[in-house]
Amino acid sequence: MPKIPRPPKWFHLPRQPLVRHLILAIVAAGGFYLLTNDILSTYNTVLVGEIAFYAIALGGLSILTGANGQISFGHGALMAVGAYTAALLMVHTHFNLVLELLIAIGAAAIAGVIVGIPATRLKGPYLAGMTLILAVGLPLLGNQYGSVFNGDQGLVTTPPSPPGSVNPELWLTWIEILGALVIMVLLANLMKSRFGRMFRAVRDDEVAASLAGIHVARTKVIAFAVSAGCAGLAGAFLALSSGVVSSGEFPLSLSIEILAGMVLGGAGTLVGAWWGGIALVFFPQWASSISKAAGLGTGGNAYLGTIIFGAVLVLVMMLAPSGIQGGFRRVGSFADRRLFRPRGGDVTKSLQTGSE
Amino acid sequence: MLEVEGVSVQYGAVRALEDVSLTAEVGAITTILGANGAGKTTLLRAMSGLVHPRRGTIRFDGRVLTGRSVEQVVRAGIAHVPEGRGVIEELTVEENLRLGSLILGSRSAQKAVIAEVLELFPPLRDARNRYASSLSGGERQMLAIARALASRPKALLLDEPSLGLAPIVTARLMAVLRELSRSASLTIILVEQNARSALSIAQSAVVLNLGRVVAADTASSLAADTNLRHHYLGF
Repeated sequence: MPKIPRPPKWFHLPRQPLVRHLILAIVAAGGFYLLTNDILSTYNTVLVGEIAFYAIALGGLSILTGANGQISFGHGALMAVGAYTAALLMVHTHFNLVLELLIAIGAAAIAGVIVGIPATRLKGPYLAGMTLILAVGLPLLGNQYGSVFNGDQGLVTTPPSPPGSVNPELWLTWIEILGALVIMVLLANLMKSRFGRMFRAVRDDEVAASLAGIHVARTKVIAFAVSAGCAGLAGAFLALSSGVVSSGEFPLSLSIEILAGMVLGGAGTLVGAWWGGIALVFFPQWASSISKAAGLGTGGNAYLGTIIFGAVLVLVMMLAPSGIQGGFRRVGSFADRRLFRPRGGDVTKSLQTGSE
Repeated sequence: MLEVEGVSVQYGAVRALEDVSLTAEVGAITTILGANGAGKTTLLRAMSGLVHPRRGTIRFDGRVLTGRSVEQVVRAGIAHVPEGRGVIEELTVEENLRLGSLILGSRSAQKAVIAEVLELFPPLRDARNRYASSLSGGERQMLAIARALASRPKALLLDEPSLGLAPIVTARLMAVLRELSRSASLTIILVEQNARSALSIAQSAVVLNLGRVVAADTASSLAADTNLRHHYLGF
């Protein structure tokens, strides 16, 4: 076997989580800037913005489901809370965008607490059922209270005005990417903090967690609130991107797509949220180009996207049950063992370093 | 001092405990013995708040624990090591210990207690970055006890710590427990099937049968009672 030298020391990221995550985020921001400003067309740039806000929603759900073990079919509804909050603020007030987004996050997080409290008593299919009702019912309120939410017509959002001669769509995309990266750093640090350990402990063994002095119910509600807050920001960005917020924007299928995208990307990983976001945004695009090429018409087009998504989901679950990111990790650790470790090496040693 | 007074626990129609009373002294090991289904585990679970008794009170240092939630009991200074280890497999050894030390609040206090318990169980120190799922049975038991100690408890409740361990590991564990009860003036309550080794380190003992206390005395006099030993303890 050829001997490949290990990467030099300076190549390794620092161990301190905050520094580590900030470096990764800054590098990612630079990459996104190049990608959106110089490489992609305006149309594709908008798609990158969509990937970014899907990644926010998926990342939040990944914390809730992957780390804390609670399933939610209701994240589309929580996105609606964020979207309507942001839109109402834009219609009735003149706050600045950051404040509006923060309030949208707060409103969704409060909704998350309200959902999370009964959720602490439910498990598995029962929790899925409860959150499913949320996904079906909550967006309908938009029609019910037409005077506030303006029903099917919806509320018009005001896109942020860019400085100088920057293209408004590009500007919004940057804001979305920046928001996604800030959320990723916050979530990554949260997972490395005591809250991350508490989330995982509760998921793994509630009795053992409570015997360690953890308030199990409170921990679950916190996870729900964090996750819902992310969904709220994603919803607010969705509202900005589409320019209008109406009850039709948040169908049940949105909640299911988010859950499926999170599982596809890899539950419990934040990088996986980006894979899931890419899948959610690009599969419909591919579907439409394939159906155009095959002459399927618009009806076939609508189904093809779902079919592709379903097929990929099945395939990924067969090949890498822990999602795309989980699959990459396995390949990575396999390559690491093969390339960098002497044959018949110390097994316990590789177990230790493999635990990163 | 941990006092149990007239405690009854019922699971549906099944009476698990009936009017059980006992007192565990500070700095001593009290062992609870009995056959399968005698109610030993239920008694520990009642003490730590995992089940709520229908009748009776449990007091620790004069404060009533009955009716409190599990994590309030933990904060009152009682650490329960459940049967089947009770470690979080998805976390590393160190993360498990950090979890255990959570209630101490300050970071420096947490660091100090983790260093202390790792000193107590050297195999854990070498495995501190390994996931708990990769530990052997003995190491897991050590981790479960270490995690409990990381909350700096005043009382330690142990449910069959020798279960599935090699005799030599059990012996070492018992020695550590005896040392802990003496030096750290811990109140230890030890539930055991292995009556012989439990009686050898305990100061007092309670024998349960079908949910009732059938004998309570010093460990040495119980061990000397051949009749009782044959009847309830099987040696």
